[in-house]
Amino acid sequence: MSQQEKLIFEISSSGRRGVSLPPLDVPRKPLEEMIPTKFQRKTPPRLPEVSELDVVRHFTRLSQLNYSVDTHFYPLGSCTMKYNPRVHEEVAGLEGFSRLHPYQPPEQTQGMLELLYHFSELVKEICGMPEFSLQPAAGAHGELLGMMLVRAYHRKRGETGRKKIIIPDSAHGTNPASAALSGFEVIEVKSDSHGLVDLEDLRRTMSPEIAGMMITNPNTLGLFEKDIVTICNILHEAGGLVYCDGANMNALLGRVKPGAMGIDLLHLNLHKTFTGPHGGGGPGSGPLGVSEPLRPFLPVPRVKKEGDTYIWDYNYPETIGRIKAFYGHIGVIIKAYAYILSLGTEGLMKVSEAAVLNANFLRKKLSNFYDLPYPEVCMHEFVLSGRRQKKQGVTTLDIAKRLLDYDFYAPTIYFPLIVEEALMIEPTETESKQTLEAFAEALIKIAKEAESAPDRVKGAPFDTPVRRLDEVKAAREPNLHWNFP
Amino acid sequence: MEFPQELYYTETHEWLRVKDGEVEVGITSYAQEQLRDVVFVELPRIGKKVKAKQPCAVIESVKAAFDIYAPLSGDILSINKELEGQPELINKDPYGRGWMFTIKIENSGELQNLLNAQAYASKIKEAH
Repeated sequence: MSQQEKLIFEISSSGRRGVSLPPLDVPRKPLEEMIPTKFQRKTPPRLPEVSELDVVRHFTRLSQLNYSVDTHFYPLGSCTMKYNPRVHEEVAGLEGFSRLHPYQPPEQTQGMLELLYHFSELVKEICGMPEFSLQPAAGAHGELLGMMLVRAYHRKRGETGRKKIIIPDSAHGTNPASAALSGFEVIEVKSDSHGLVDLEDLRRTMSPEIAGMMITNPNTLGLFEKDIVTICNILHEAGGLVYCDGANMNALLGRVKPGAMGIDLLHLNLHKTFTGPHGGGGPGSGPLGVSEPLRPFLPVPRVKKEGDTYIWDYNYPETIGRIKAFYGHIGVIIKAYAYILSLGTEGLMKVSEAAVLNANFLRKKLSNFYDLPYPEVCMHEFVLSGRRQKKQGVTTLDIAKRLLDYDFYAPTIYFPLIVEEALMIEPTETESKQTLEAFAEALIKIAKEAESAPDRVKGAPFDTPVRRLDEVKAAREPNLHWNFP
Repeated sequence: MEFPQELYYTETHEWLRVKDGEVEVGITSYAQEQLRDVVFVELPRIGKKVKAKQPCAVIESVKAAFDIYAPLSGDILSINKELEGQPELINKDPYGRGWMFTIKIENSGELQNLLNAQAYASKIKEAH
């Protein structure tokens, strides 16, 4: 296979065609009669001129250069790159779902409405939240909606001076971005030496200006915030609300309900926890659950059951309105619904069990070879530090690149920001013991190479279609156009 | 690592050079090394009022995006336009051509809250 696939423009050959059109069998009309001259382009578009076979080979070869969950292990921390069962695609593709039009009247879409209604009931039960909006397009959109609801809640109570949102220093970058986009000022709270929210620091930041806090539990170090109930109490006593980033829900499924911890708002990443495919294969879906006092402000329309029929209900005078065209990313919701029903309560409990077991299995295997700044038992992911290897001149970036030679996708690196030379590993619940062992073995080999042959690691990757790309130049001088010679 | 004696420093890794009632601000050699290659810099507009310890600029590197905090309160007097086309100056010459903006000093008492080179150097040592 060619390691450097050319662009389709480069394989273009003048006059070559993919299809031959049959002779015209209707009367020819001058173009001007159909399209006014001013709308006609002066020169033909410079499309690549290729045969059908050229096109098939080009795109097939490109697809074979792809790296994906379908081909390899993908331990990308915080992203939950687990296997998405194929049967969900079948279900979402059923004609009764896939051929609906969002403008069809409710009497013609009862099945879909029933599914959305039941799906809401299921996630309400799983999360212990009284109501969900299925509209958010993905996680960060759920966060944005959450922050808008926090604002609406305080405004309704006449507390417009609440302008600050507290966010731990280990948070996902989307958290401060969502708060800032909603007009809040972000206050950072530190992590303590165990990697958990520093309660003293949190208490110090409380003031009548606090609108709420955004927290991730388990946090981005993969640790369960064991003081979550106290944290919620501190916020509630100060008049604030608590938002939970649900990106890590696969660690909690069937074990604990965020609602019971005192959480007021929670988004789910259906494309992570509930197997909607994601990455390039999205789209995402980020339903938002809220506690009782926030229900009036949720977006409309909402599915309502009246007797045996389902309707779209717009009658919520305090709603913040619509935040998404139509009703959300329905296809992903169908897949998540299929996932929950096929696993059932026991299956969901096994998900969290295996996610946590797999992460701890890897953590133990690697703890002698890499620094582990927070050595506590972890949840579904853990964070190593490459600072030991950095003393040999080998950075975490080098380790990540070297992993590609061993046929593994690299973990998330340099995040969370509070860990020096961070390597954030999330194996997910769908990997076998053999895969985990092979991955651990590769990382151990690299740790040894960093000592005995550091240049081997620093020069990696050697076996990939392209070697180390100049990502600095790509970011500083992005060149996104094909320049015709 | 080099921390010039004549500069003031902040705990958030900015440096300040005081001259004629204004301060020039940039990030320290340690900070640029941690950020790795800088690819984009967003500077405040000239005339903007900034408050001490509030974010007023953003640096984006291959690693992440970071807020830069105003070390003192006052108006932004000038910005380093060279960084627009050459953000790498922050890596190459953090204390010189990599300067970011200048602030008109409003209250010189605020300088008392800053660190000198020794104090900043020992802060960094502590962190490691």
